[in-house]
Amino acid sequence: MKAKAAGFTVGKTNSTLPKSPTGIQGLDEITGGGLPKGRPTLIAGAAGCGKTLLGMEFLVRGATEFGEPGVFMAFEETGKELVANVRSLGFDLNKLVAQKKIALDHVRVERSEIEETGEYDLEGLFIRLEHAVKSVGAKRVVLDTVETLFAGLPNQLIIRAELRRLFAWLKERGLTAIITGERGGAEGTLTRHGLEEYVADCVIVLDHRVDEQMSTRRLRVVKYRGSMHGTNEYPFLIGEHGISVMPVTSMKLDHEVTSQRISSGIARLDEMLGGKGFYRGSSVLVSGSPGCGKTSVAAHFADATCRRGERCLMFAYEESPSQVLRNMRSIGIDLEQWVRKGLLQIHATRPTLYGLEMHLVTMHDLVVKFRPTVVIVDPISNLTVRNDETELKPTLMRLIDSLKTRHVTALFTSLTTGGSSLEESQVGVSSLMDTWLLLRNMENNGEKTRTFYILKSRGMAHSNQVREFVMTGKGVDLLDVYVGANAVLTGTARVAQEGRERAEAALRQREHTRKLRQLSRKRKAIEAQIAALQADVEAEEDEIKSSVSEDSLQQKAVAADRRQMTQLRGGAR
Amino acid sequence: MKKTGEKTWQLRLYVAGQTAKSITALANLKKICETHLAGQYEIEVIDLVQNPKLAAGDQILAIPTLVRRLPSPIKKIIGDLSNETRVLVGLDLRQG
Repeated sequence: MKAKAAGFTVGKTNSTLPKSPTGIQGLDEITGGGLPKGRPTLIAGAAGCGKTLLGMEFLVRGATEFGEPGVFMAFEETGKELVANVRSLGFDLNKLVAQKKIALDHVRVERSEIEETGEYDLEGLFIRLEHAVKSVGAKRVVLDTVETLFAGLPNQLIIRAELRRLFAWLKERGLTAIITGERGGAEGTLTRHGLEEYVADCVIVLDHRVDEQMSTRRLRVVKYRGSMHGTNEYPFLIGEHGISVMPVTSMKLDHEVTSQRISSGIARLDEMLGGKGFYRGSSVLVSGSPGCGKTSVAAHFADATCRRGERCLMFAYEESPSQVLRNMRSIGIDLEQWVRKGLLQIHATRPTLYGLEMHLVTMHDLVVKFRPTVVIVDPISNLTVRNDETELKPTLMRLIDSLKTRHVTALFTSLTTGGSSLEESQVGVSSLMDTWLLLRNMENNGEKTRTFYILKSRGMAHSNQVREFVMTGKGVDLLDVYVGANAVLTGTARVAQEGRERAEAALRQREHTRKLRQLSRKRKAIEAQIAALQADVEAEEDEIKSSVSEDSLQQKAVAADRRQMTQLRGGAR
Repeated sequence: MKKTGEKTWQLRLYVAGQTAKSITALANLKKICETHLAGQYEIEVIDLVQNPKLAAGDQILAIPTLVRRLPSPIKKIIGDLSNETRVLVGLDLRQG
């Protein structure tokens, strides 16, 4: 046998040891395929643990699902009582008896009626059992509870010898049997009369504990000779459809992932998540203080899921289904249509109804039955009354693990108690989450606004920007916030700031044009000055030119005069 | 009194095949009845090996079992009836 360090495998059967599937949800996973075939199994537990129901479900499932008829030998309850008791689990025992798939025999041992004298054996019991086995061709037998014999018959030695013979007899005939036994007795023994001494192959202990006024049923495989099995305590539930055991405790982190993306239902959020939304099969945490819109985000996601034609399962621990539907209608999300189409199921229970593990089992049960692609839990923080993170984390881990293996995307909302560091208060569960959206209330300028950002999102590029979260009649919208020099503003402060900025801009614009005009005026003035100066220069130039020409004329005249004088003098000589 | 032919004491002895215990039980029973109930009793022996269906009716587990059907109430004595005193106590023929 390959014994891995992880110590627990699901669905791996040992080929050398044939097993008889119980058909009980989860139990076959823990035992790696069922109870040892053709051998007796001891189910030990205190009164009211569900031993009888477990035995009965084993028989009913065997008869209806695996084609193995069975015999139920009841030492405590009459046939009528049994029929009535299991009817609550949806089993019609009378029908199965009529169809010869199950035989019921009530064995009553009344000590006051019995006088003992001399030697005897319990051959009568064997004859009755054999008769019942033959009448239906039984492959399975439940003896509930043979220990009654100890109370009914005085000679313990005979009973012990006969019990040993009985178990040998069962094995000889290859009957897969469940023997129930009461807890109690001396320390170190599982049952009051030490039945485990005879049944050496497989021992399962049922327990019913009350912790903080919450009762939880638990199941543990104490021993399973020749087979690997989960050794932890597993919570189980006796529900409308029988027993359901929550098997996942320490599953390995080896679930396959898809890179398929699904829309969150809020376009802007998808954009922030790399434009495509969440990964399918991932876990999403939406946390925030009261009234910051967690449920609305969840409702959008549910709406988007159903719109794609997929099923969505919603657990509401604060509001009733009709309240959820009404409230979401007020922000323009019509979830009722999906409920009518059977795509959306809303399960509302008070968190105080069960203990945390029972909630988990219920969830698991519903997920298996409804087969949703999206599960919403609103909110997880309510699941534990004590707000005990240490308890919440392992439980949640089981739930997430089981959802991930089913490729179910899970969205959890979480209520954070008001205070400064929302991140810190949820460190426990956040490590389990792939995507964490944080909603925050901001109080400023006498109003409350909501901000939104992605704290983390594994494996995708995502926006690191804070957005303003607004709820409109058409749903949730995410707006850019005002990120200015001084502060991040939202709400009316953002609007006011934006207005103020617009006014300032207009003012600046006017100033600018005014300056431009001034400049152009100045330019004109300068140009005029330039023109005037130019005119001056020209005038001077003109003057100089005219004086120069005058000079030259004078010179010419002088020269002409001189020539004339020279002529005159020469002529006079 | 009962009709003629019907005995006051109706006893039924359940056995499973011809085992030593069964034979001893029947012999012991006959002896006790002859001594204490001569003429008033009737013994019916039921072999469950041949009639396994009959075991449930009287809630038989132990073999051999003697059932006092009449007079009522029903009484059961298990074992090979080797202790006469205890058989008599069981049949209400003697105070315990």
